[in-house]
Amino acid sequence: MSHPAPSDDSMRPVHPALSSALPDRLFAWASRGAALFTLALFLGILVSLVLGAWPAVQRFGAGFLIHDNWDPVREDFGGWVMICGTLATSAIALMIAVPVSFGIALFLTELSPVWLKRPLGTAIELLAAVPSIVYGMWGLMVFGPVLARYAQQPLQSLVRGVPLLEPLLAGPPVGIGILPAGIILSIMIIPFIASVMRDVFEITPPLLKESAHGLGATTWEVVWRIVLPYTKTGVLGGIMLGLGRALGETMAVTFVVGNSNQLASLSLFAPANTITSVLANEFAEAAPGLHQASLIYLGLVLFLITFTVLIFSRLLLMRLRKNEGRSA
Amino acid sequence: MSFLPDARAARFARRKFINRAAIAASLAAMLFGVFWLAWILWETLSIGLASMSAAMFTENMPPPNEPVGTGGLANAMMGSLLMVALATFVGAPVGILSGVYLAEYDPRGRLSVTVRFVNDLLLSAPSIIVGLFVYALLVVRFREFSGWAGALALALIVIPIVVRTTENMLSLVPVELREAAYALGTPKWKVIARITLRSARAGVLTGVLLAVARIAGETAPLLFTALNNQFWKASLSGPLANLPVTILQFAMSPYENWRQLAWGGVFLITLAVLGLNVLARLLSRKK
Repeated sequence: MSHPAPSDDSMRPVHPALSSALPDRLFAWASRGAALFTLALFLGILVSLVLGAWPAVQRFGAGFLIHDNWDPVREDFGGWVMICGTLATSAIALMIAVPVSFGIALFLTELSPVWLKRPLGTAIELLAAVPSIVYGMWGLMVFGPVLARYAQQPLQSLVRGVPLLEPLLAGPPVGIGILPAGIILSIMIIPFIASVMRDVFEITPPLLKESAHGLGATTWEVVWRIVLPYTKTGVLGGIMLGLGRALGETMAVTFVVGNSNQLASLSLFAPANTITSVLANEFAEAAPGLHQASLIYLGLVLFLITFTVLIFSRLLLMRLRKNEGRSA
Repeated sequence: MSFLPDARAARFARRKFINRAAIAASLAAMLFGVFWLAWILWETLSIGLASMSAAMFTENMPPPNEPVGTGGLANAMMGSLLMVALATFVGAPVGILSGVYLAEYDPRGRLSVTVRFVNDLLLSAPSIIVGLFVYALLVVRFREFSGWAGALALALIVIPIVVRTTENMLSLVPVELREAAYALGTPKWKVIARITLRSARAGVLTGVLLAVARIAGETAPLLFTALNNQFWKASLSGPLANLPVTILQFAMSPYENWRQLAWGGVFLITLAVLGLNVLARLLSRKK
């Protein structure tokens, strides 16, 4: 007799406000809770990194950042080599990706025939969808050997005896190190930068461009003198977005960077390490204690660098949007 | 001929030359981008296809140094499927609800603006950091690597993607639709569930599919959560085999049979991810 008879139920007067208020309130709470969860996730990540890194922070202080030794046996840790590796690979990636992305965006917005725009745009977006482990595998097994054979070895024989260049290109011809990692990173971030650039180029008012064309400007002059100045905040935001990606990319780099904790030579082809690759290689096997704390310290450094870059990127993109709204 | 037209003609020729050079460079950049995609896909698919066999789907990971062609990745596929499925079922609803809050409740409020900003940061955050977080949260506490931890790490990557697409798709739904429903006295939760979410269904589903495609290939967050396992297991407790970490381990090994299997795994992941992307595109185009 726990359930009332159906006829009873239907006869009972239902308070309309009450019947809809409860589910309504529940739904509102649930969605508010989910939104708060996103915030909590961010703070949780930050707090857990700080707590995990604390023993290493206490022991090594800020000197950790510029100390270049990584010795798990003697428990002497410094992050200089990995931080340099991360910055160097990302810098190479940007040097290649920024001009290429600019070219792609220019092509897609100004030059491409309409029927080609969509397939080419999709192709570039698919480049972003390829998982990073595929890039890594391809980089190690296919691209590395090709790079060593057709770029590293000819260049090495070309610069033999030249004082500055020879050490820069030294190393075993296996296509591993900072340069291969940087090239692969650049391929991975091109789609991100190119699609932001394309989107912001497209918001340039046609009136401005047509006026310039009317005055006799060439396509290049329109892009360089009208579109680019108009969208420069957005372009910079896109570049920062790509940089954020490059700094935090793990698998592709782990495959090809060589994973060595010594800064043995200046060569672009010598095995090195980045923050992400040392985490990927050592963390699961690190003894709890100072080794693990030092790795988390590196993670914290990465988190802070990446988020500074990403915040900068978001602010630039938001400013562009705001300006656009004001002028309209 | 006077001096002036000559100088002008020279300048005009120079401008035209610069323009042509820029167009050529832009074309080259476009080809450069498409070239990498073609090369990567070609190598992955052709080498991967060559290493495919029926054993890949029926047998578990072999020990190192066995003859090439024996053993498979069945246990890794199972583990990956389990974790991706659980991560999607946990992450997608949270992401959708959060997206609903941003689009339907108070889109310009302080909480929404903050969440939107933080969500954009999480969207591009290094995934290995998520792995570190879940390690501290679950692995340290329960003193073991587990499939649960791996699934949670993947779910945390799903959430920001789904939040973003859900909000974008909901904001495309015309206001008149909502107003009409409210005018009939429909409570807000019903308007959202039956009207706005339903009309944005294809877009929201696209977002979920893209999120699945993203986590299917994610490796970094699994390295110190799920770890890996050589044996067949259909439960999420304890270290769990999964495709991405297996690929990493096998590819870096000196054993030929393991490397072959790594290529097979890369082939499967590439196919799955590309398939999901194509599906997502078709779905959003139909709308």
